[in-house]
Amino acid sequence: MNFERMITELGFTTTAPVGLHSYLVVAAILFSMGLASCLLRKNAIGILIGIELMLNAAVLNFMAFWRFSGGVGGGAGPMAAIVLMVMAAGEAAIALAIFLNLFYNFTSVDVEQASNLEG
Amino acid sequence: MEQDSLMLYQTYGGANISFWLITLLVLISGGIAALSTNIVRAAFSLFFTLFGLAGYFVLLGSDFIAVTQIIVYVGGILVLLIFGVLLTNKQKQPLESPRSWPLFVFATVCLIALTAVMVYCACVFPSPAINQNYVAINTAYTLGRMLSGSYVIIFELAAVFLLLGLIGAAFLVRRAD
Repeated sequence: MNFERMITELGFTTTAPVGLHSYLVVAAILFSMGLASCLLRKNAIGILIGIELMLNAAVLNFMAFWRFSGGVGGGAGPMAAIVLMVMAAGEAAIALAIFLNLFYNFTSVDVEQASNLEG
Repeated sequence: MEQDSLMLYQTYGGANISFWLITLLVLISGGIAALSTNIVRAAFSLFFTLFGLAGYFVLLGSDFIAVTQIIVYVGGILVLLIFGVLLTNKQKQPLESPRSWPLFVFATVCLIALTAVMVYCACVFPSPAINQNYVAINTAYTLGRMLSGSYVIIFELAAVFLLLGLIGAAFLVRRAD
């Protein structure tokens, strides 16, 4: 990657907007942070936070690709974002219900303790 | 020429500075949200991450998605998360116990490698120039037309999904008498 293109890509200029790669790199870092949160946490709520981070990284990718393709399909990118938000809302509600049941049964939301299938 | 560059400065300078400020906010608060051992601090840090993502959506020319992001995520899902922290809080044991040290190191190395691979894949292809012909005008109107047109099945399925999800959640958390 030559130097001039990198300057343009990163937005250190006033003649062009930030490039696509900058958005993709931010989304990749966010996704990895969410995955780290899912893998390293024992608290179920912390795992849910990680899932939200990963979903948001996916939404950012959809929006960035849509914008840099010149608004393909009218509003295909925002439509994917809306569908993902609906999924995230339903998922958060149901996951919280499951965690509350977990808390009633085990008196904690530690996923390491919930290792038997009998409830 | 000078007039032109002045106009371009007014067009892109602020947007690029905004991008870097939002990136700083998102990465720092996202890191705290992902790795903090205090779950309440992680939830409140997620607030700033979601707000920064709404800023990205404004920069990407979709006002409606930015407002929806704030309403749905910050106003709904985050409150639900903090509600969950409140309901499952227990004083007797610590909320977060540290993992074993070798596993932590292994996971961190794997995640850094994954990030490197993703960043490399994102950067190896040439970046397209932003399409200047596209002007974001009133995405809410476009989305409304799409939702009642070619995407109407997805719209109805989302409604059924949300109804089922809410009934299922209310059913799951009822106390057995």
